Amino acid sequence: MGISDYVLELNNISKQYAGNRVLKNVTVKVKPGEIHAVLGENGAGKSTLMNILFGMSVIHTTGGFEGEIMMDGKPISITSPFDAMHLGIGMVHQEFMLIPGFTITENIKINREHTRHNLISRIGGPALKSLDMAKMNKEARQSLDRVGLNIDEWVKVAGLPVGYMQFVEIAREIDKTNIKVLVFDEPTAVLTESEAAKLLDVMRAIANSGIAILFITHRLDEVMSVADQITILRDGEHVRTLLPKETNTFHLAELMVGREVHVVDKGDRTKGSQEIALSIRGLRVLMPGEEVRHVDLDVREGEILGIGGLGGQGKIGIANGIMGLYPARGEVTIRGKKLALNDTRGAYAAGLAFVSEDRRGVGLLLDSSIETNIAFTAMQMRESFLWKLGPISQVNSRKIRVHALKMIKTLDIRCTGPTQLTRRLSGGNQQKVCVARALALDPTILLVSEPTRGIDVGAKKLVMDTLVKLNKELGMTIIMTSSELAELRSICDRIAIVCHGKIEGILAPTDSDVDFGLMMAGDYYKYRGKEA
Amino acid sequence: MSTQPIATPAVKSAPPQGLHSTLKQFLLDNMVTTLFLIICALGLWVSGLPLTFVISDLIHRISRNGVLILALLIPVMAGMGLNFAITLGAMAGQLAILMVVHWGIGGVPGVALAAVLSIPMAVLFGILIGKLLNKTRGQEMITSMITGMFASGLYMLLLMVMVGSAVIPIVNPEILLGTGVGVKDTVDLAIVSRAIDNLWSVSLPITGLASAALMLLYYGSKLLAKQTTGPAQARRSGIKLGLIAAVAIAAVSGWIMTTDSLLNMVTVPVATFALVALVAIFNLFIITTKIGQDFRAVGQDQHIAKVSGINVDRTRIIAMTISTVIAAWGQLLMLQNLGNLRTYGAHEAVGMFAIAALLIGGASVSRATVGQALIGMVLFHTMFLVSPQAGKALLGDAQLGEFFRAFVAYGVIAASLAMHAWKRTMATRKRLLS
Amino acid sequence: MEKLRTIVKEVGLPRIIIMAFLALLIVLAAAYRIPLVPLLGAVMTRTLINGLFVLAMLPAIVSGIGPNFGLPLGILAGLIGLLLAVEWNLTGFTAIFVAMLTSTPLAIVVGAAYGWLLNKVKGSEMMVATYVGFSFVSLMNIGWTLLPYRSPVLRWPIGRGLRVTITVADFFQGVLDGFWDFSVGGFVIPTGLILAFLIPCGIVWLFMRSKTGLAMKAVGDSRQFAEASGLNVDRYRILGAVLSTVIGAIGIVVFSQSFGFIQLYEAPMFMGFAAVAAILIGGASVRRASISNVIVGAILMQALLVIALPVAGKIIVGGIGGVAEITRIIVSNGIILYALAQVGGGD
Repeated sequence: MGISDYVLELNNISKQYAGNRVLKNVTVKVKPGEIHAVLGENGAGKSTLMNILFGMSVIHTTGGFEGEIMMDGKPISITSPFDAMHLGIGMVHQEFMLIPGFTITENIKINREHTRHNLISRIGGPALKSLDMAKMNKEARQSLDRVGLNIDEWVKVAGLPVGYMQFVEIAREIDKTNIKVLVFDEPTAVLTESEAAKLLDVMRAIANSGIAILFITHRLDEVMSVADQITILRDGEHVRTLLPKETNTFHLAELMVGREVHVVDKGDRTKGSQEIALSIRGLRVLMPGEEVRHVDLDVREGEILGIGGLGGQGKIGIANGIMGLYPARGEVTIRGKKLALNDTRGAYAAGLAFVSEDRRGVGLLLDSSIETNIAFTAMQMRESFLWKLGPISQVNSRKIRVHALKMIKTLDIRCTGPTQLTRRLSGGNQQKVCVARALALDPTILLVSEPTRGIDVGAKKLVMDTLVKLNKELGMTIIMTSSELAELRSICDRIAIVCHGKIEGILAPTDSDVDFGLMMAGDYYKYRGKEA
Repeated sequence: MSTQPIATPAVKSAPPQGLHSTLKQFLLDNMVTTLFLIICALGLWVSGLPLTFVISDLIHRISRNGVLILALLIPVMAGMGLNFAITLGAMAGQLAILMVVHWGIGGVPGVALAAVLSIPMAVLFGILIGKLLNKTRGQEMITSMITGMFASGLYMLLLMVMVGSAVIPIVNPEILLGTGVGVKDTVDLAIVSRAIDNLWSVSLPITGLASAALMLLYYGSKLLAKQTTGPAQARRSGIKLGLIAAVAIAAVSGWIMTTDSLLNMVTVPVATFALVALVAIFNLFIITTKIGQDFRAVGQDQHIAKVSGINVDRTRIIAMTISTVIAAWGQLLMLQNLGNLRTYGAHEAVGMFAIAALLIGGASVSRATVGQALIGMVLFHTMFLVSPQAGKALLGDAQLGEFFRAFVAYGVIAASLAMHAWKRTMATRKRLLS
Repeated sequence: MEKLRTIVKEVGLPRIIIMAFLALLIVLAAAYRIPLVPLLGAVMTRTLINGLFVLAMLPAIVSGIGPNFGLPLGILAGLIGLLLAVEWNLTGFTAIFVAMLTSTPLAIVVGAAYGWLLNKVKGSEMMVATYVGFSFVSLMNIGWTLLPYRSPVLRWPIGRGLRVTITVADFFQGVLDGFWDFSVGGFVIPTGLILAFLIPCGIVWLFMRSKTGLAMKAVGDSRQFAEASGLNVDRYRILGAVLSTVIGAIGIVVFSQSFGFIQLYEAPMFMGFAAVAAILIGGASVRRASISNVIVGAILMQALLVIALPVAGKIIVGGIGGVAEITRIIVSNGIILYALAQVGGGD
C-alpha cells in the first residue's frame, strides 16, 4: 500500500475476558515523532490495550484479541514482550522494572549486554562471552545524557530517589536503538511537580528525535500542554480523537466521564437526616498504591455515600484504613464515640462491617464452604453460631446451615449447595457470599469496596439492588467505594471524589459530567474556584 | 538533547578511608567471621595442639574441601540459596571412583577418568534437580535438602541391593561384601590415593614465597592498570590490603626458612591447590560473562529478568548443573586425599559442612564470594580440628568438643537461615510501605 | 476414564504408587507364606506409638507454619520429663503421668519461643524449623553430658554423662500397652495404647471444631482473610507451634514406654521427617491437613515399613540389613518432595 502515514496503528481492537467485553473496536493511529495522549478512567480499556500491544501472556491465555496491529503500514504479530521489543516498541512502566542491586548501566543493558569472545567462549559457547563493561558504560552514559540525568552510570540503582528511577527507565528504553514507539504509562504519578515538568521536556525531546510516544494519563493539564493528538477511551470504546487546539480541559473532562446515568428512585427519603453516623478527620492511610494523605469526611445516618476517583488516588485506602487493615492515623468518630484505629476487632465491635475490593485474597476462604465463609467473621467477632460452655466452644453446624440456606435464597447465590467450596463460584456469586458474611454481623454501617468489579451484568444489578434494599428497608448506612462512576451516580445520595489522597469534593449524582471529570482529574478547583 | 540536567546530589560514595578505618569497618561488617576468628584463636590456644600439626592438617583439609565449597557459589548468585544438593554431585563422583577402582585404573589417569565419568552423571543430576527447583520456587533450600536425602536412598538402593546382583552383575571381592551383593561400607582407594596430591609436593615456606610473588604480581598489575570506572576508593584499599598481605606472607615464609622450625617439613599439595585455584578463577571469570550476568539478574529479580527476555528456568538449571559437576570433581579431590571411601556416609555431611564453612566465612543465602569461601574454610576446619582437644582441656571431655563443633555447624546454618528470612520479610514490608 | 483421571489427580500419583506398592507387598507376603497376623500386630503397635508424632503435625500445618520439621524440640522436652521420672525412681502409671506433666510446661515454653521465631521468618518456616531442630538436638548432646542427673540407670558407670540408650523395662515398659488389654484369638489388643492415641486425636478433633480451632484454620488458609476478620495471625501461629510441640512431648513418652528404651543423643534428629512424611502420605499437603490424614498416614507408613522387611528378605539375595532403612528413606523423602512440588510457584 506504500508508505503509511503512521508508525503504529491499532485498528479495530476488541477483547473480551470470559464474556466481558473490555475493548470494543478501538482504533488508535500514531504518527512518527508525535506525542499521542490516551485519556480515560479506570476500566476504560487503557491497560488492556497496552497489554495487547506488548504481547503480554495474560492476553493470549484468555483467548487473544480481535483486530490488527500495523507498524509502518505492515501488519505485525506480537506474542511476547520480547517480540514487542524487537519490533521497536518500548514501555516505561508504572511500577519500575529496575533491579536495585544492579548498576544503572546493568539495568539499562539488561539482556542486551555487549560481549566479546574470550578463550573459553570459543569452546564453551556464546553464553561464556565476556561482558564489555567499558562499551556498555559509554552507551549508557549517552542515553542518560539524552534524558538529562546527571548521575554516574556505574552507581547502583538501590537508593536512588523514585524520580530518578523513572528517568533510568526511560534511558533504558531509548537506549534500544531500534525504538520507534515508546509507551509512557502514567509516568508523572510518582513525580514531584518539577520532576514532572522535566519529564514532559524529555518527552518532547524524545519525540523530536523521531520516536513516537503513547502517553497514557489522566492529567488533563499535561495532555493539553504536550500532546499532539488526544484519544479518549470510555468503557472500552473509542470516544474521540482530537487535536489540542480543538478542545479544552472541560471538554476533555466531559468526554472522559460522560455517559447515560439512571438515578435509582429511592422513594420518599427524609433527605433531612443530618445526623452524622461516621465522621473522619485528618485520615492518613499507608496502603501501597492507594495512599490516603488527608481525608475529612462526614457520613450521614441512613445515606448511601459514594467514594469515587481514579485508580491509585486513594479511594480504596479509606475503608481499608478505617477497618484497620492498613496502618492509619487520624480521627474517626462513630456516632460521637471515638474509634480506635489500626484495630480491626474494634471496628467490628463498633458496628462496622466491610466487603473488601479484593474478593479472592481478603474476602474469602476459597477452599472452604459457602456456609463456613458466611458464618466466619460473625462467629469470631460476635461468638455467633457456637455452642458455648465456659471457655470451650463447638461450632453449631445446624445454625450455620440454616443461616447459609437463608442467605443463599435471599441473595440468590447460584451454587450446588451450602457446602460448595467458594472457589468454584463465579465472581458475582463470590461477591454475594462476601456480602452475606458482612451482613451476618448485623452491622449498622456497611463499607463496600468495588462491589461490582469483574461481575457480569445480571449479578451487578442484584448486588446494587441488595444495597438499595438494605438502605431502604433497614436504614443501613452504606459507604460505597467504586471506580464505576455510573453505578455511584445511580444509587448514591452523595458522591465524594478522591484525588491525590484527598477529597477533591462532594457532588450530587445529578451534577454535570464536566464537574465529575474535572474532579477525578484533580483540576476542579483550578477551573471552578473554591465552592461555597 | 539540550535539556537542563536534573540536579543531582553529590554522588554518595564513602569519604576516603585510611587503611585503619577500612580494617575496622571490615571487622564490624563481618561480625560472624570475627566471632569465629576469636573462637578459633582461643580454641587453638586452649587445645595445646602443636602449630605444625594444625597447619599441616589444615592444609590438607583445605586442599580436599576447596573445590566442594566453591561449588556452592553459583547457585547463591543465581538466587537459589544454599545448594544442599551438592550431595548429588558428590554421589556422582563416588560412583565414578568406584567404577575406576573396580577396573583397577590407578594414579592420575584413574582420577582423570573418574572426573570424565562423573560428568554425564553430574549433568543429569544437575538438570533433574534444576527442574525440580523450578517447580518449588521460593522453597529451594528445603527442596534441595530433601532431594539430597532422597537421592541418598536411591544411591543406597543401587549400591547395596543392585550392585553384584542380577541387575548389575559384577564380581569384585575387594569392593563387594562377602555375599557378593552390595558394596562394602568402606572401600579402600589405595590405587588412587594421593594421586593428585603427590603430583607436585612443595614445602610450606617455598609455597609461601611463591604465592607471595604471584600476589605481588597480581595486585601490582592492578595498581598499575588504568583506572576503570567505579568506586575508586574501595578498589584502592583492596589492592593495598592485597599487597600488604603478599609482603607479610613473603616475610613469614622467609623467616620460617631461616629457622629450624618443623614447618619447614610441612609439604603442600600444590597440584591440588592449583585445581582449587582454577575453580576459584573459573567462578570469578563467570561473573564477567553473559551467563554470569544472567545468573545475577535471575538471582535478584526473576520477574524483571523474565520480562527482559532472559530464560529464567533454563538459567537456573544451568546454575545447578555447573554446581553439581563442580561438586562431583570436588568429591573426587576429597576422596583421593582421604584414600578411602565411606560408601554410605561420605556424601552425607558434605553438603552441611561446606555450607556451614561458607556461612562462617561471612556469606549469606543471597551473597557468597570466593574470599568468604576461603576464609570460612580456614576457620571452620580449624575449629573442627581443635574442638576435641579444646573440649578435653576445658571440660575434661573430648566428646564435648565434638558435640560443640557439630552444634556450631548446625547453629550457624540455623542462625543464618533465620537472619536471611527475617531480613527478607522486613524488606518486603519496607518496600510496601515506601 | 475421566473419573479415573480425576481420582488420580486428586489423590496424587505418589500416594497411589505407595498404596499400590503396599498392596504388592501384601500379595508377595502372602505368596511367600509369611505369617501376616504377627505382622498386623506389629503394624498396629507401631502405628499407635508413632501416631502422636503424626498428630503433632496437624496443628502446625493447619495454623500455617507448615509441616513441623522442628518436632525434635517437643521430643527433647518429653525426654527431659522421662528422665525425671527415672531419676525419681518412679514406676508404672505414676512414672508416665509425671513424665507427661513435667514435660508439658517445658514444651509450652519451648513451643512458644519456637512459634515466635517462625513468625519472624514467614515463608522460610520449613528450613528454619529443620535447622533449629538439628541445632537443639546437637545442643542437647552437650546437655545430656552435663545435666546433673544422678541415677545409675541413667548415667554411664564410668565417665561422664547419660547413656545413649536407657532401658526402662523395669520401670514402666508396656504400662499403657498392657492397660485393659485383651486377647482375641491369640491376638493382643493394647487398649491402653489405643486410648493413648485416640484420645488426643479426639481432643484435637474437637478443638478444630471450636471457635479457636476454626480461627487457627483460617489463619493457615489465608492470612489476609484472617486479619480482615479481626484475628491476630501471629498469635494463632504460636498456638499451632505450642500444640505441636506439646503433642510431640507426650508422643515420645508413649513411644518410649512401649519401646522400652529412652533414646538420647542423635535419636531425635530425624524423627520430624518421618512424621512429616506420614501425614503427607495420609493425604495432607503442606498447607492443609485433617485428622483422617493423620490416622491413614500413620497406618500406611508403618504398614509399608513393617511388611517390606520380611518380603525383602525373601526376594533379595544376600543381606537385607539396610532394606528397611532404604525403603524408609526413599518413601519418606519422596512423598515430601512431591508435596513441595505441589505448592510450586511460590508466593
